[in-house]
Amino acid sequence: MITQYLFYFLTFIAIFCALLVVFSKNPIYSALYLIITFFATAGQYFLLNAQFLAAVHIIVYAGAIMVLFIYVIMMLNLNKEVEPHKSNITKITATICGCVLGLVFVAALRDTDIAEVSEYSNPGIGLIEKLGNVLFGAYMVPFEISAILFLSAMVGAVFLSKKTIH
Amino acid sequence: MEIIKGVPITSYILLSSILFSIGALGVLYRRNALVIFMCIELMLNAVNLLLVAFSRQFNDSNAQVFVFFIMAVAAAEVSVGLAILMMIYRNTKTTDIDALNKLKY
Repeated sequence: MITQYLFYFLTFIAIFCALLVVFSKNPIYSALYLIITFFATAGQYFLLNAQFLAAVHIIVYAGAIMVLFIYVIMMLNLNKEVEPHKSNITKITATICGCVLGLVFVAALRDTDIAEVSEYSNPGIGLIEKLGNVLFGAYMVPFEISAILFLSAMVGAVFLSKKTIH
Repeated sequence: MEIIKGVPITSYILLSSILFSIGALGVLYRRNALVIFMCIELMLNAVNLLLVAFSRQFNDSNAQVFVFFIMAVAAAEVSVGLAILMMIYRNTKTTDIDALNKLKY
């Protein structure tokens, strides 16, 4: 079935590029591989019938957050030469800790029973019409609070990046 | 609209667990503060994917609204975090987190 193949293809890309984000020496390569991972995740959202979230994901992550990251890499002039080196013992410990964390997740979730719900009775929940009704109905107050959060984040970013005068 | 027959939820749980573990591994593995930020984004992404998968499983659009809010918080977090990173770089001339060990002693 085509969705199965698409799922495995996107999964492979996401995991491969996520590993490359961690293990690339150069921060700009990490950022570029992270963009590929975000696009693979957006593809997964499409497969999950969440079209609006897929669009928002591409706009917010690939469009705004990664541009910010790449600008900061450019302004700090980071490259392979200035990359700090970690000792081997830290690397080995980190790898073991990450693998053990993944193992615990998989082992804990392997035997759980997922409740069988009448699936796909309402495939349109990811469309903007339904989501807009929910967002401006039950979640009206959190939506406006998130606007205040953005305003304070903007003020904070401007204040922090200002040159301080002693 | 055509109904897309999907992949079982356990596959999505597995994928999210692996992505989250890779993000946690990156936070422990790297010393560059910028790459640590990217790995935090990766972990947020894994949680978002799991929420969307459960939203399909239970036919509930509330989970997708929560993903929307997580994205908003992530964007705010990145803008403030990168401003802090610029400040750190201006003061210490490095993005190495091991340079910031004054609280350790």
